[in-house]
Amino acid sequence: MSDWYTTFANSGVGSALAEQLGLPRPAVLRRYEPGQPLLPGPALVGSAGEGRLRETLTAVLRDAGVAVLAPDGSDDGEHPAAVVLDATGVTGPGQLAVAHDLLAPAVTRLRPTGRVLVLADPPADAGSPAQAAARQALEGLVRSLAKELRAGSTANLVYVPEGAEASVASPLRFFLSGRSAYVDGQVLTLGAAEVPAEEDALRPLAGKVAVVTGAARGIGAAIARVMARDGAHVVAVDVPAAGEALARVANEVGGTAVQLDITASDAAGRLVTHLRERHGGVDVVVHNAGITRDKLLVNMDAARWNSVMAVNLQAQLDLTRALLDADGVLRPGARVVCVSSQSGIAGNRGQTNYAASKAGVIGMVRAWAPEFAGRGATVNAVAPGFIVTEMTARMPFGTREVGARINSLQQGGLPVDVAETIAWLSQPTAAGVNGQVVRVCGQSMLGA
Amino acid sequence: MSSPQPRRAAVLGGNRIPFARSGSAYAQASNQDMLTATLDGLVARFGLQGQQVGEVVAGAVLKHSRDFNLTRESVLGSRLSAATPAYDVQQACGTGLEAAVLVANKIALGQVESGIAGGVDTTSDAPLAVHEDLRRVLIRLNSAKTLGQRLAALRGLRPGQLVPEIPRNAEPRTGLAMGEHQAITAREWGIGREEQDELTVRSHRNLAAAYDRGFLDDLVTPYLGLTRDQNLRPDTTVEKLARLKPVFGTDHPGATMTAGNSTPLSDGASAVLLSSDEWAAEHGLPVLAHLVDAQTAAVDHVHGGEGLLMAPAYAMPVVLARNGLSLQDFDFYEIHEAFASTVLATLRAWEDPAFCKERLGLDAPLGAIDRDRLNVNGSSLAAGHPFAATGGRIVASLAKQLHEAGPGKRGLISVCAAGGQGVVAILES
Repeated sequence: MSDWYTTFANSGVGSALAEQLGLPRPAVLRRYEPGQPLLPGPALVGSAGEGRLRETLTAVLRDAGVAVLAPDGSDDGEHPAAVVLDATGVTGPGQLAVAHDLLAPAVTRLRPTGRVLVLADPPADAGSPAQAAARQALEGLVRSLAKELRAGSTANLVYVPEGAEASVASPLRFFLSGRSAYVDGQVLTLGAAEVPAEEDALRPLAGKVAVVTGAARGIGAAIARVMARDGAHVVAVDVPAAGEALARVANEVGGTAVQLDITASDAAGRLVTHLRERHGGVDVVVHNAGITRDKLLVNMDAARWNSVMAVNLQAQLDLTRALLDADGVLRPGARVVCVSSQSGIAGNRGQTNYAASKAGVIGMVRAWAPEFAGRGATVNAVAPGFIVTEMTARMPFGTREVGARINSLQQGGLPVDVAETIAWLSQPTAAGVNGQVVRVCGQSMLGA
Repeated sequence: MSSPQPRRAAVLGGNRIPFARSGSAYAQASNQDMLTATLDGLVARFGLQGQQVGEVVAGAVLKHSRDFNLTRESVLGSRLSAATPAYDVQQACGTGLEAAVLVANKIALGQVESGIAGGVDTTSDAPLAVHEDLRRVLIRLNSAKTLGQRLAALRGLRPGQLVPEIPRNAEPRTGLAMGEHQAITAREWGIGREEQDELTVRSHRNLAAAYDRGFLDDLVTPYLGLTRDQNLRPDTTVEKLARLKPVFGTDHPGATMTAGNSTPLSDGASAVLLSSDEWAAEHGLPVLAHLVDAQTAAVDHVHGGEGLLMAPAYAMPVVLARNGLSLQDFDFYEIHEAFASTVLATLRAWEDPAFCKERLGLDAPLGAIDRDRLNVNGSSLAAGHPFAATGGRIVASLAKQLHEAGPGKRGLISVCAAGGQGVVAILES
């Protein structure tokens, strides 16, 4: 499955033609490969106001082998691959001019597939309306800048509350790396957490047992592959009827296949028993299984409504509840990642059931976050936008092409983009990311 | 020099592909394709990718000459380590169970720690033999060294030799199809049409219910678009079956055996994972049951006046006596439904004082069993019966059933086979 237009627009004839006709010229995104340097060039790190993160950020980057440029232009001629702005010092709108002063020249010199990452305190924690305004203003800045950036570059914002400084390294590495190729214009809020040291950058999930539902094909199969590449033993789950493809995926990733209808009344019990007996517990659970039964609300029968709710939402609730309640099965530091959808945020004509279920996932994740935090675990949602899969390949040409282009990166994402984000949220060092919804949508115009 | 003490081999689980009706979903699949797919499904279920198990033992009843090393070739095509040894066995419909016994015995003696037993058969892709005279001509031609010798060899050709020998489901020494043999047995034991049809309906209902409750979720992996056994008719009834015409024993009035209460020719494969308890624990795999003991027997169906499929009746008292058990000491019974009348005739023989005394040499009959414990998850009448694949299907599913029922439960398997043979085995959770 590839994005034919992106391939075409980057070919010799294609790029000339696209330029002549004023057509979009989507860039070939920089995607993660094991062993790849974090960035293809140096990073520029600057501050707006009296920030408290700059030293931490610089240290993380240097640890990752990234050369750090000073914002004063003394490294003249070096084009940065990333611009990191510590805006934790902003106290009012006046200081935003500093952000502008720093970002404008840096962005001009940003390399293709570059990264802009802004870190700030959450507006909700502000001491004054002016401070809250300035912090919130950064959202508008970053989201607009993300739309201005070209050549596959992205801009994202991370809110870092007081006390959550230790949580910064993991999202910093994620947003700068190729793992976040299709994550653009997003805002993430960290929490204070005990963050373990990174043990093996090449295999961050080594020794972990990861359950992936809906693993027989599409995004689920991509999740299984990325999880296995990162070191996890993958327990691949799908309905019995998909067993042949499921076995193929399990064998490809050296995992195990579990044929299970997650909506069956005894599904949670069977999964818990399986994980306890075969693996002594589980570290990562990815609720990826989902179905669509599209119809306009007025034409939708109960069966369509109910089946979508049962698979996309109720099963996630039931399985997670059972794992939480089963003594010792969800291991300390467990990670649960639930697949939501852009539809759940923006809504989509003909998808009231699907969008309701996917919005429900977001509510569920937010509500569960404190209970998970209480046991040193996290629960998050990932909301894919337009992802090039077998499912979208069956869409009518026009709809598909429009769907794929109306985002800041002017292209559809790949299943691996969703998988990379999920695998990142599953890492032990992502402990500070909890109750969040990360969209993997190339900053889609829908639901932005 | 001391040998290790025998130990009981553990059954850890199994895998099979849905069984297809002959000439249907798997018409284009070879025995090797199906066995490889079945092994790969087992590998995926138990995470055995790249691992070496002690050995893989499997077989097929209908086998092409090119498949002389069928099991080893299937292992090489699978995700198991290529360093896994394998060999073929064949004991007609008893092949799959016999393979499990062979693996279990090596585990019991400490010769291997783990192994896979299996079987596969296709009646769609059956091997065709050429006419015997043509075969001789071809062999002579192949060994001819001069043009003259070649021409001499070719002079032996006759048009009539071009008709291939189609394999028949018939006994070589009697020329009778298996169904015809069984029709004689059914008549001798007075097995009625209705009780056969009732047993058939129960087989379909039990298998359908097993699918519906997810019992087969970790026993079957779909293959080539088939997700359930193709022969399964959940809605079949005694009334519907009563409308079918008899197909065997029709030269006698009151023939009872129809296409409904006889197993159809089918394609499919199965495999069972066995190991020592230690190997299971090391791999984090729960033990479903242990293979306690097994016994084979044979009868003289040619001159001895015994029914072709009655050998399990003879094997049973031997294995029971050796283990100090009575026929009633079991929680579940798996009697292979080659034909509904086979199961009924076997049960009746065990209840019959004269048979038990005169033929089996017992003081008292083995007695009746609780029919509610018989083939509780359906059997061959509903699932189909790819000859060598049946034993693996039964061992894996009985082991799971025993495990579900809890520790200390016993199960009994009885499989009849062509050539007047039979294999029985005891499993215990």
